[in-house]
Parts: sequence; C-alpha cells; structure tokens
Amino acid sequence: MRYQSLAAIGLAILALAAPLLAPNDYVMGVVTRICLYALLALGLNIVVGFAGLLDLGYVAFFGIGSYIYAFLASPHFGIHLPFIVILPIIVAATAVSGILIGAPTLRLRGDYLAIVTLGFGEITYIFLLNLDRPINITGGPSGIISIDPPSLGGFVASRNAEYYYLFLAALGLVLVASARLRDSRIGWAWQAIREDELAAQAMGINTTVSKLQAFAIGASFAGIAGGLLASWQRSVFPDNFLFQESINILAMVILGGVGNLLGVILGAAIIVALPEIFRDFQVYRLLAFGLLLMVLMIFRPQGLLPVSRPAREDDESARGSPAA
Amino acid sequence: MSDILAILPQQLVFGIALGTVYGLLALGYTMVYGVLFMINFAHGEVFMIGAYIGWGVLAALLDAKVGGLHPAWVLPLMLVPAMLCTGALGVMIERLAYRPLYVRGATRLGPLISAVGASIFLQNAVMLTQGARMKVYMTNFLFPPAWRFSLFGASISALLVVMVAVAGVMMWGLHVLVQRSTLGRSIRAVAEDREMAAIMGVSVGQVIGTTFFLGSALGGAAGVLVGLYYTQIDFVMGYSAGLKAFTAAVLGGIGNIRGAMLGGLVLGITESLAVTFINPAFKDVVAFALLIMTLVFRPEGLLGEGLSDREKV
Repeated sequence: MRYQSLAAIGLAILALAAPLLAPNDYVMGVVTRICLYALLALGLNIVVGFAGLLDLGYVAFFGIGSYIYAFLASPHFGIHLPFIVILPIIVAATAVSGILIGAPTLRLRGDYLAIVTLGFGEITYIFLLNLDRPINITGGPSGIISIDPPSLGGFVASRNAEYYYLFLAALGLVLVASARLRDSRIGWAWQAIREDELAAQAMGINTTVSKLQAFAIGASFAGIAGGLLASWQRSVFPDNFLFQESINILAMVILGGVGNLLGVILGAAIIVALPEIFRDFQVYRLLAFGLLLMVLMIFRPQGLLPVSRPAREDDESARGSPAA
Repeated sequence: MSDILAILPQQLVFGIALGTVYGLLALGYTMVYGVLFMINFAHGEVFMIGAYIGWGVLAALLDAKVGGLHPAWVLPLMLVPAMLCTGALGVMIERLAYRPLYVRGATRLGPLISAVGASIFLQNAVMLTQGARMKVYMTNFLFPPAWRFSLFGASISALLVVMVAVAGVMMWGLHVLVQRSTLGRSIRAVAEDREMAAIMGVSVGQVIGTTFFLGSALGGAAGVLVGLYYTQIDFVMGYSAGLKAFTAAVLGGIGNIRGAMLGGLVLGITESLAVTFINPAFKDVVAFALLIMTLVFRPEGLLGEGLSDREKV
C-alpha cells in the first residue's frame, strides 16, 4: 500500500509538471488524450471492475455526452450555453441513459449482458449516423462542427496546456470519486455483487438498485469525457464512437488490472501511447495490438496491476456460474 | 402499398438467403458457447478468411484460364480448402488464445479480451497480406446471371438455390453428427459437464478442439457462400456478419443447433423486411432491437434448451 501511495504521489507530480516536460505540442496532445481515456476507463471500471457487469457498448455514453455538448454549444441549433452549465446537464442525461439501458438488462448474465450492451452501442452509432433526415438532429456522417471551446468567466481555453489542465482536473475528480465510491457502501455492494450475486442478495443488498447505480455513474463519467472531447476537438462525428472504441476502453481496464484505479490509468496510458510510439510501424500497430492483448491475457490475466482479492473456495465461478 | 406488396416476395427470398448464411455462421458461435460458455469473438474473422480462400481458388482458376467452369466441381473445390483451412484456423485460435486461459480457470473477461485480440490480429494480418481494398468474386463465370427462375413474382437465381441447399445439407449433417455419432455424444457430454465427461473417459481437450474445427469449417463455408452471393469481400466483413450471426444464435437459443438455424432465418427475414418497410439505414437497429427484446422477454431464446441444460438463466 505504501508503495502504491508513493507511486501515486510521484505520478501526480509528474502529471502536474507535464506541460513543462513535454517537448512539443504533439506530445502534449497525446498526454491530454491519455487523460481523456483514463477518465473513460475509470468510468467503465465502475461497471466492469467494481460491479462485474461486462459492458461492450460503453462508447454510446461517450457519444451521447459529446453530442449533448455539441447541441448546446454550437451554431448547429444556435444554442451557446457555457461549459459549466452544460456539464451537469450531460451528467444527468447520461446517467439517465445509463439507467434506461441498464434496466432491461438487469436479469441477464455476463455474456448476454455484453451482447445487449454491444447492441445498444451499435444502435446509438446508427442513430448518430442517420438522424440527419427527415429533421437534421445529429448532422449525420458530417457531424457537428464549430463547437464552442470551454470557457469559464471571461477565460476561454485555447492552448494545449489549458486543455490539458482542464482534462487533468476532470480526471482527478473522477479518480477521487472512484476511490471514494469503492470504499463506500455502494462500492461494497458492487463488489459483493461481482463476487457472488446470490450471496450479495442474501446479505440484503438490493442488487437492482446497486447495478443501476453502477450503470448510471459509469455512464455519467463517459458523458463528462464526451463533453470534454467535443469541446477539445471542436467537432463531433459518429465515427468517434465506433465499437472499436468500446473495445479500446475495455482493453485499458483489463490491461491495467480490473478494479485497480491506478492500474486502469496505467492501462489507458499504455493503450493511447503505444500506437504513437509505434507510429513508424503504422501498418503493423494494430496487428501488434491484437497480439499483445492475447499474450497479456495468457501471461498476466489479472492485468499489470492486479487487485488483491481473497481466493475463492470453490472454482465454480471459473467455469460458467454467473460470476462475471 | 401495392408497390411494397409487389416486392415482398423478392425481399423474402433475400431474407432467406441472408438467413441461411447467418444460420451457418451462428452454428459456430452456438457450438463453442455450448462447450466452453464463451463467445468466440474471432469467429467473424474465421468466416472472413473462408471468403478469402474461396476467392483465391476461384481467382486462380480464372487466371489459369481453366475452361468449362461448372459449379458442380468448382464449388467443392472452393468449399473444401476453405473449410479445411478455417477449421484448422479455429483449432489454432482455440489452442493459442483460449486454452491457456480456460485450463487455468480464468474469469470470463480474460478469454473475451483474448478473443478480441485474436480478431484484431486476424483482420490486420489479412489486410497486410491481401491489401485493404475489397476483392471481387467473379461469380458470373460460375453462375451465369441467366440461370434463374421466377416464383410468385420473385426472381430466384440458381446460386441462391445452391447456397440454401449447401447450407441446409451442412446443418443437417452437423445435426446428425451431434445427435447420432459417438463424437456427437462426447460433445454433448462436455457441454453438459466438462469434469464429469473427463471422469467418464472423454478426452475433453480433443472434443473442444473438434468443436472448434467443425464450427469454424462451417463459418468458412458461409464465407465462401457470402462471397459468391454478394460478390464483394473485404477484411472487415467478419465484424458485422459475426455480430448478426451471434444475434441469430442467441435468438434461437444459444447452445442449440436447430435454434441457430431458426434464429438465422428469423433474423435474415426480419432484416430484409425492415429494409422494405422501415428504412434501410435502420435495419441493424431492427436486428439489435429484436435481440434485446428476445433477451429481455425470453432469454433462453426461441427454442429453449440447448446442448446443455445446466446453463439456464
């Protein structure tokens, strides 16, 4: 634990000083993207890592958050609300959408849940892509452009470093929220459900409420990330929210160590940075990525920074009981 | 309205063609799920590679200017290598990506991520070796467009009949194999209870390998048929086809072989009707909505019980 908290402090200092250390804007951009994806991965970690509900359509909430920001801060509908006002709207809207998607799937076991969420992700993408006719809502394949940058008071973010600190602050908040949730009654309930749903129920945990909480909170984190993305890119397109993105985010959570907050951030850093490092081998990078996922699962199935969990007495969970 | 009724028979025919392929592909998912309780995410890529092998054979024959191409001997020449190779590929995927995980008793997440890794790897391997541009099946040399007949106002090509027949025979063959043969009994035993089957002398590893071989070979055959029918293939074709086929498998009742066929047909017909009556852009929405409704209201699928009764929701 001491080792972990030391590492955390070191990382925090490094993160704060990043704009001074980064040699150029390109590196700064990559680091900012790491923050964004770490935020997403932390959100998914609530659903997958804490509550053990496999969500393969997580990117849908990222998309919904982005488009809400785009609707409320662009010439598309002629609405220009300030960033700070939109954020709570996004959080509320994505939390509700998380509940709406979560509610019908509550009865489903792990793999089925995965497929249904995947279906919801695809449906969201198809709607984003096609809701430009008959009434133009989402802008179709050409998306929504000239979105307002985030502003607070008279200050408008424009430089890379400013975006970086905004993203870092959001990441910090979400990280603290995740840690607090993990050690709260809600978090204990999630972890109990993850380990054994039946036993959790028997201990008086309302599994329905608990799972919906996980979906809602996880979704709202993705919504925040979506708003940040829209304000940073200054534009949103349906292709930002492909299934591939869901898999990427999931890979971050798994790679780092499901349920471990620092691990999840490490996973995000690796998965964002690796393709950049291997940019010279552009064509081979996805090939290597696929291979890496397999090799990692074989040699380090619990991720790079696994959470210490009490060993289970029976191994039934390993072979098909509703543990996952 | 009368316009729509006029094209309805044709759309149904398209739906049946699509459904047969979904069914064939769904068998791979359902069989693997039956014995391992995992979604073989790389199955869509196996299907895609089958399509490429079939294309390779046909293109080689055309390149060599072999005369008298007739489906009676060319089709088996395309199907057999495609099925053998994809079958072997399936076994390899199982050995390399899944077995090291499940023998150790990993959680459900591990094999799924490993499968996603395998799928990304295979997609990119094909892209790097075959190029990113789509390949075109020269179907017209094999099945001249003139080979067609009309039924209830729908135009049915010989290719479509052959496709449905080939898929039908394969499904029936698999059904007989699983229900009647010793191997089939071993597969069902492993699906029922892996440990118990091992105690009773079933070589579990071999049975799982065989299951992957069979499912993947059928997926490869589906790839060849799809290539012939839609004439254009590319390295990402496996993703959406795989997703649909999995939907079909769940729709029919996962782990259930007849269910996979039924689910395929229902999904194929629903999709082509959605294209007719709603909006082509939203056909996938209809497909997934169907899946979600099934899972919510009848999670065990249309044909309840599967290879194994143990895994009931």
